[in-house]
Amino acid sequence: MHCGFVPLVDAAPLIIAHELGFAANEGVSLVLLKQPSWSALRDMLVMGHLEAAQMLSPMPIAMSLGLGGIKAQVDALMVLSVNGNVIAASNTLVERMRAQGWESDLGDAGGVSAALEKAAQGPLRFGVPFPFSMHRELVEYWLGKRGLQIEISSVPPPMMGQALTSGEIDAFCVGEPWGSRAVDTEAGELILAGRAIWAFSPEKVLAARRDWTSDNPNQVAALMRAVFHAGRWLHDPDNRVIATDILARQEYLGLPADVIERAMKGHLLAQARSLGTEVQGFLHFNVGAANFPWRSQAQWIGTNLARRYGLDLSLAVEIARGVFRSDLYRNNLGEIGVDLPGASDKQEGALSHPTAVASTRGELILQRDRFFDGAIFDPASR
Amino acid sequence: MPNPLSICVIEKNRTRAQEVTEALHAGGWADVTVIEDEVSLTQTLAKIKPDLVLIDLANPRRDSLEALSEATGARQRPVAMFVDESDPELSTAAVQAGLSAYVVGGLSGERIRPVLETAIARFRMMAQLQSELDAAKKALAERKTIDRAKGLLIQAKGLSEDEAYRLLRKSAMDQGKRLIDVAQALVTASELLR
Repeated sequence: MHCGFVPLVDAAPLIIAHELGFAANEGVSLVLLKQPSWSALRDMLVMGHLEAAQMLSPMPIAMSLGLGGIKAQVDALMVLSVNGNVIAASNTLVERMRAQGWESDLGDAGGVSAALEKAAQGPLRFGVPFPFSMHRELVEYWLGKRGLQIEISSVPPPMMGQALTSGEIDAFCVGEPWGSRAVDTEAGELILAGRAIWAFSPEKVLAARRDWTSDNPNQVAALMRAVFHAGRWLHDPDNRVIATDILARQEYLGLPADVIERAMKGHLLAQARSLGTEVQGFLHFNVGAANFPWRSQAQWIGTNLARRYGLDLSLAVEIARGVFRSDLYRNNLGEIGVDLPGASDKQEGALSHPTAVASTRGELILQRDRFFDGAIFDPASR
Repeated sequence: MPNPLSICVIEKNRTRAQEVTEALHAGGWADVTVIEDEVSLTQTLAKIKPDLVLIDLANPRRDSLEALSEATGARQRPVAMFVDESDPELSTAAVQAGLSAYVVGGLSGERIRPVLETAIARFRMMAQLQSELDAAKKALAERKTIDRAKGLLIQAKGLSEDEAYRLLRKSAMDQGKRLIDVAQALVTASELLR
């Protein structure tokens, strides 16, 4: 089974499924293919060169809505990872923020946006990896709400640091290890962890074309089981040490292990040669039904896309909800005893602390999922 | 008759850029701009306003083009897209050659097709040359390693060159390994012991 990935820390569930034999255990012969860009990965999936792929969570929804590239019905079979993004600013911007009295706190979204507003000279140019990405959704939600002028452009993650240095952008939001990489090259400084904007945001999904999903139910189920087991394995901090070394290999990220380790441990360096900062819940692979593709998450993304591109809202929401296949998740993972939530929708942003909820085994505890502004997204009120 | 189609080629490698440009010129498309500098890519493209952008499929900057197509605004309909949606055969050929193309504006398929065919042919040729070059380089490097391994055996065991080679080959066959792997192991080990 040909499966595409982009060299990022959160490709870990696919890499571990392959390397530690979780895929082989399910009878899946997984061939991982590193892709140079999200657009290349998308085209390869649409044209049938890939059966499945790691994707930015808004990508399959955008594709199904016909936004960007070739329109194709693509399913998000499950969520691969939750959170894991960082926001960094150029040295000159950080200097101006400090001059206005800002003090670094990776968890204070409101404080950082206030400081950015004071320090901005004209519109802030923000780099994100792709037009259809959680990075963009987070930045627009966070700064758009404040009415801050922003110009968003797409920059490949490995080039984020360079783009800060050259002045192409003032700040960026990116997945690890590329934020830490920019810090190490002294291109800029981390100013916020993505989870400070939304404490439980679906970051990457496991995606496949709908026609392939429908034609190969057994392979789909086997792949989902393998990836689920890999995610559960990755939840253990001790295992993450091993995973770090595997990810560092040339065929995957091809970077020093210490820069990958920061995301894996949730221990970030905001500045080069600084002491680290612990970020609780920086990156989840399994905890609190992290892999469950909530219809409400899809609706949140679909609503944002519909507003931005002027699409019919109720139709876009309908399509988006259908992309996140909580039905397949229930069928394929319920079978092996995975604890399933009682509903496939939740009020996004309603939990300010871990909360036990109704589930098939009665053991499910959902994690904090607050938005920085305390807003609650209720999927029932369109 | 020069064709007024404006084409941008995004390519850092000068030889490759020149190859594509020459092929397009020969095909009658005179207005070809090469962009080498990837950092100011989006600004440069906004200035040139090309009808067609050609870029290596493996170039990570492709994702910046996706955003650019959006920035130009859906209202003016200059939607960039991956080759021609209505022409899956051409798309497949482009992918196999390692080329991606963005068509800006509502250009008709008939006008784009010949440009793409020319570019695809050239990309395919370049890809083939590159893989031949890589294979030749690899073969040369392997031969050097095998020669060094033979040298080590000649020195250590007083064998003739022929005997040294046969010993390497036998050892590889016995272990079910490739000759180059055995030779490499020997060279590495001798470096460690030095």
